Amino acid sequence: MLQFPGSCDERDALNACRLAGGEARLIWHGDDDLGGVDAVVVPGGFSYGDYLRAGSIARFSPAMEAVARFAADGGPVIGICNGFQVLCESGLLPGALLPNDSTRFTCHQGELVVGEADSPWTSALEPGHVLSVPVKHQSGRFFAPPDLLEEIVSGGQVAFRYSPGSNPNGSLDDIAGIVNREGNVLGLMPHPEHAVDALTGSEDGLAIFRGVIGAGVG
Amino acid sequence: MARHRELGLTDREYELICDRMGREPNGVELAMFSLLWSEHCGYKHSRKLLSTLPTEGPRVVMGPGENAGAVDVGNGYSVAFKVESHNHPSAVEPFQGAATGVGGILRDVIALGARPIAMLDSLRFGPPDDERTRYLVDGVVRGIGHYGNSMGIPTVGGEIEFAAPYAQNPLVNAMCVGLAKTDEMVRAAASGPGNLVVLIGSLTGRDGIGGASVLASAELGEGDDAKRPTVQIGDPFEESKVLECCQELLAEGLLVSLQDLGAAGLTSSAGEMASAGRVGIEIDVDEVPLREAGMEPFEIMVSESQERMLAIVEPDQVERVREVCEKWQTGFAVVGRVTDSGKFTVVADGEAVGEMAVDDLVDGCPAYDLEPAEPTEWPYSNDPSLDPEADPAEALLALLASPTIASKQWAFEQYDSIVGSRTVVRPGPADAAVLSIPEAGTAIAVAIDGSGRRVACEPWSGTVGTVLECAANLACVGAEPLGLTNCLNFGNPEKPTIAWQLTRSVEGLGDACRALGVPVVGGNVSLYNETPSGPIYPTPVVGMVGEVPDPNRVASRPWEEGDQIALVGPFDPSLAGSEFAALTGSLGPGLPDPDLEGAIAAIELVRDAVRSGSVRTAHDVSDGGIAVALAELAINAGLGCEVDLGSLIARTDCSPEDALFGECPGGFILAGEHSVLEQLGGKGVPVEMLGPVAGDELRVAAGERTVALGLARLREAWESLPAAVEA
Repeated sequence: MLQFPGSCDERDALNACRLAGGEARLIWHGDDDLGGVDAVVVPGGFSYGDYLRAGSIARFSPAMEAVARFAADGGPVIGICNGFQVLCESGLLPGALLPNDSTRFTCHQGELVVGEADSPWTSALEPGHVLSVPVKHQSGRFFAPPDLLEEIVSGGQVAFRYSPGSNPNGSLDDIAGIVNREGNVLGLMPHPEHAVDALTGSEDGLAIFRGVIGAGVG
Repeated sequence: MARHRELGLTDREYELICDRMGREPNGVELAMFSLLWSEHCGYKHSRKLLSTLPTEGPRVVMGPGENAGAVDVGNGYSVAFKVESHNHPSAVEPFQGAATGVGGILRDVIALGARPIAMLDSLRFGPPDDERTRYLVDGVVRGIGHYGNSMGIPTVGGEIEFAAPYAQNPLVNAMCVGLAKTDEMVRAAASGPGNLVVLIGSLTGRDGIGGASVLASAELGEGDDAKRPTVQIGDPFEESKVLECCQELLAEGLLVSLQDLGAAGLTSSAGEMASAGRVGIEIDVDEVPLREAGMEPFEIMVSESQERMLAIVEPDQVERVREVCEKWQTGFAVVGRVTDSGKFTVVADGEAVGEMAVDDLVDGCPAYDLEPAEPTEWPYSNDPSLDPEADPAEALLALLASPTIASKQWAFEQYDSIVGSRTVVRPGPADAAVLSIPEAGTAIAVAIDGSGRRVACEPWSGTVGTVLECAANLACVGAEPLGLTNCLNFGNPEKPTIAWQLTRSVEGLGDACRALGVPVVGGNVSLYNETPSGPIYPTPVVGMVGEVPDPNRVASRPWEEGDQIALVGPFDPSLAGSEFAALTGSLGPGLPDPDLEGAIAAIELVRDAVRSGSVRTAHDVSDGGIAVALAELAINAGLGCEVDLGSLIARTDCSPEDALFGECPGGFILAGEHSVLEQLGGKGVPVEMLGPVAGDELRVAAGERTVALGLARLREAWESLPAAVEA
């Protein structure tokens, strides 16, 4: 669990991993050694304030350089919200996340449809399955040039879509989350770490954390 | 004009300062006195009134006088909370005014050693058909979201009302709720001569100079655009680092005490710490890290640059404090020391450039007796937008579309309401937010309420009603109030009619709190909310924290087909002071006296019923009366109802219009199984069965009047706020 100055959801993500049956700890943004972890969560928030462009500074942190090496070796990495933005800025995932078409922050319980991507993170989920997971962000509009978008869609890299009619930000093709070509790196805007307890709304997000643990890599 | 008058001090106050000092103050000293003797810092027109409020209670951990109040929630944990205004900065620059209002109240809670876990906001604007109002609404909502969202603090609730008296003087009141281990909390008192004064956080610049005296302690008027530089600029990223840094410093036990820098900057922060600890303090302005060169000593002492905290540190801990600040990449500077002189000394270039007795500076400000006089006429404009003879269905749609009543989901969705994983009941249809506190094996409910319209009609009754409504909101989620914080937003107290409003309102606040057994643990006063077009409605805003033993039993579920609907409480509706009266242009002085004892009995009955888990839905009757309360529940559930208010009319002998749209404290709508609701009767609280949940239409019969409207039309009216404020 990376921790940047300005991270917001890292404690929630720690809690989610533990509820899913994993062991989790924080890794300081200045550390360039991940300490032998089995999987990495790049959490949501406003890393380094995000005053320039969401995720644009965090990519230069020593910890992110270590994450890039970890991902290149096939290690499972998930970037949630700001973490997704960081992974795109780092080039670990294709495309970019632009400000919402409303220009406003949006926070609501959203519906996510599981896509066709093959990834340890989605190994416990069937394509077409619908999850109830909170959506909250200011810059979540997924964008890729037409050729790249075609490659992502036809290459089976779409992990999650907003359910029909519920696209909250103008994302192309309703895309809410994608994986890299190898499938080990997942980025998504909605917040599965905030959907781990029925008391606070939903526990559908646990399946993502359980997926990576169940896949034997967590 | 004499310098002291430009700074807001009267001739008499200036003479008093000279008497105390035995000489005339120099420029640095005068600047410092003018701020700490301002209404905003010195409470000179409100201190005597506030001293009448009840502040004691078995669960109180910290009361008034600290940075925020705190109550014990068990298992070694306390919940700290406070509400504060940022009205005038938001009138001048809405985005930064609101953002720094959030930042400021967060630091009050951080200063206690608590981690903020929730924010709520109480906002007031003019009618949104005005372009500037829409600019203010947009800026304030974005500003609140910008700061809270970026900090990772959920905004879990609040209220927004719209009325003409707020058009030029909007209200932005922000409430922060924090959680702390009780034995790790710190007080704001400096102690130990020889200990060092450490400034943590942002650089000090020229922003916000004179904010407390220039903006917050005088009426708004012409030329306010020129005051824009007195509004501070917020940096939530810096505050986020300061928060984490302070949490780490406190967890390691490195601080003797901690205080935020808010209004009047270093002057009030250091002065109040010295006063609370009965010690002296010395600040060397050359050691303060500056944003720009060439700042005068007085500017450094009164700058309101944001995201700064002041800590008292023992000399042998200073190196470790520096390391923690460096880890979090936030500012660290030793800027002074605690002394035993009893004086506040300002040093520049190695020489004292100001020296005042702490007692004179911080506690010497005179407290004035108000000269209240009941107004002889209704001072507020009230243009009608609805024909009083309109068909009740038309009236109900107009009420639902009234910006004050319409759904505020548009605003709430712009706030992160769930970060932190505690939010059990999110902002929306419920009356209060519920936050789980697994550390303490419990949950809390939080709510914030104000009703300027009703307080304007009768300050005592209106304020009692405000407190009862907040307690009623908590009861709807099964919560028992533990403590109350308040922000008193009023006009110019030097005017007798405003003084009367303030006096009667504070009496009502005290009477209601005593009757409920709820201590006032902190508060804030915002006076001089006036413009050339007149004063705002007198608007006491109260925030409460209550205890919820079981967050699974909060009666926040939508009603279901087959449920019965009951009206519970000594509800005796009247159109006086109602939103219906506002729409029909018939507001005027006078409200019926509330049945305080009866309302409290109803609150307790509803709370216990909710806690038993047997009630599906509970909602208090508030703005717009029973018809609006039923419509909101029907819209939320997507299910209509078929009710008859005949029994209410028979009990209270009210008119059909009163029954439909009348308001008064002490009414609840409950829904659930018939047998469950029946059992609520016979306990000394009126319970009237109104009818069943059924169909896709709201049907309400009130004597010879009947309202019948489809859910789609109700929803369209109720969800009309975005169109009104984004146009």
